[in-house]
Amino acid sequence: MHELVRNTWIIAKREFIAYFSTPLATVFLIIFIALTGAFAFYVGGFFERGQADLAPFFQYHPWLYLLLVPAVAMRLWAEERKSGTIELLMTLPISPWEAILGKFLAAWAFIGVALVLTMPMWITVNILGNPDNGVILAGYIGSFLMAGAFLAIGSCISALTRNQVIAFIVASTICFLLVMSGLELVLNVLRAWTPGFVVSAVSSMSFLSHFDRITKGFLSLSGVIFYLSLIAFALFTNKILVDLKKAD
Amino acid sequence: MSALIEASDLRKQFGDIVAVNGISLNVERGEVLGFLGPNGAGKSTTMKMLTGFLEPDAGSARIAGIDVLENPKMARAKLGYLPEGAPCYGDMTARAFLTFIAEIRGFDRAEGGKRVAAAVDKTELHSVLEQRIDTLSKGFKRRVAIAQAILHDPQVLIMDEPTDGLDPNQKHQVRKLIAGMAKDKAIIVSTHILEEVEAVCSRAIIINRGRIVADGTAEDLMRRLPYHNTIALKVATARAEAIAKALGDFSAISKVERVGVANGRVQLRAVPSVGAPIPAELASMIRTRLIEAEEVQVERGNLDDVFRQITTSDTGAGHA
Repeated sequence: MHELVRNTWIIAKREFIAYFSTPLATVFLIIFIALTGAFAFYVGGFFERGQADLAPFFQYHPWLYLLLVPAVAMRLWAEERKSGTIELLMTLPISPWEAILGKFLAAWAFIGVALVLTMPMWITVNILGNPDNGVILAGYIGSFLMAGAFLAIGSCISALTRNQVIAFIVASTICFLLVMSGLELVLNVLRAWTPGFVVSAVSSMSFLSHFDRITKGFLSLSGVIFYLSLIAFALFTNKILVDLKKAD
Repeated sequence: MSALIEASDLRKQFGDIVAVNGISLNVERGEVLGFLGPNGAGKSTTMKMLTGFLEPDAGSARIAGIDVLENPKMARAKLGYLPEGAPCYGDMTARAFLTFIAEIRGFDRAEGGKRVAAAVDKTELHSVLEQRIDTLSKGFKRRVAIAQAILHDPQVLIMDEPTDGLDPNQKHQVRKLIAGMAKDKAIIVSTHILEEVEAVCSRAIIINRGRIVADGTAEDLMRRLPYHNTIALKVATARAEAIAKALGDFSAISKVERVGVANGRVQLRAVPSVGAPIPAELASMIRTRLIEAEEVQVERGNLDDVFRQITTSDTGAGHA
């Protein structure tokens, strides 16, 4: 157990630093902060609503993540395979799990940094009014969990290909479907021709409905379990794919 | 003690292509085994199975007595591996990369620092330590990858084309490094440069189409050549007949060939019986000019010939 933690930590540290060794980190962080702000102020009507909360800020996170999180995840395995370093990595005295977890946690921590950098929003809303800080904290936790689920899927897809662009597009599409599956638009289409349990199964897979509930302050166990189990499932698939495709 | 590297009946197929078709080998401590073969012969695939990176369809591999599939972590701890193309994390500096390797190999900060310094010394990387690996020349990149493989002073070292793409000086240096480590390790080096086998390998295996087609010392392999130890002489045309006859009288010479005439001199070739050394008497006759040759050369044959001979004669039908 101790070894698992140690090796995972070493891998994660390397990966995390790797984000900052290219312009990717700076570009990503600037765009993330600019877009979350822009959506909250211009589209979400942060001031016009006259309410001291961050709902207009969190509301657009699923849509931003569609583009931004696969961009963070795409390099995780595709780059290793393209440059051949996967052969180096997988012949070091570590287990595949340690590599997969380490990489995933590094990417997740990177998204965490991006979220922390949006905290001036939180401070602002506290200066302007008296928000329910518990709801905002729940929103941050929900957003972070959702980002983790997007990332795990992205990491899994990244193991399928040595082409980062393909990894990005496929991961974005899958995440898009998972977000969309909660919209009435999609559910109505399904209701017309499928039995009820399919509709509820699809809607229960939705990122949107789980995230909505959390941002409204219901940080329920089921919501947390939904995201965590999705992460676990995606990472498990990731392990299988790495084993299958590493030598291609 | 059993061999440090053991492989028994390794097999691997990719789709319809049989990449490795039953390779067994043992490498003892102190041995440097050369892996030879044309491109696509199965050298790299075999090495990948020896390191546990690739799971064989059948057969097993052991490093220092530990099965690489049953106990991969322990086996890898005893192994240094230079993968084909010497991949490294290009976004890191050489120092950061080697420090990462030392950490993952389980050394604490102080010991890791010493290991990195020692590996840097051996591969002479001092001047580029703080540079990003991406920006290094091919020779330095390869040396970083070699430093990575030898950092933990492993008992077993597997190197896939360690000198590929290096200039002659760098090649010499890498060979010197390998030779220097050979004493207390079991080393496998793949290459298609045959002089390398003669320079560093105590034994060589030729692989073709997924099988071992020859196994022996460089000397052994050369002895298989038809023209090994052949004596080539250039003699005056007038004396050619007599000299050919004199040569043919030696029992150790199986035949004398007339290769051709150039510039008024005849080129003769005296082929010895298989494995026989050049008779001392013949040597002294040439030296004392009883046989009047203007030019004498003993052809050792070279590994390139063995290589071509073995790998082309073994090529069956259906080989693209």
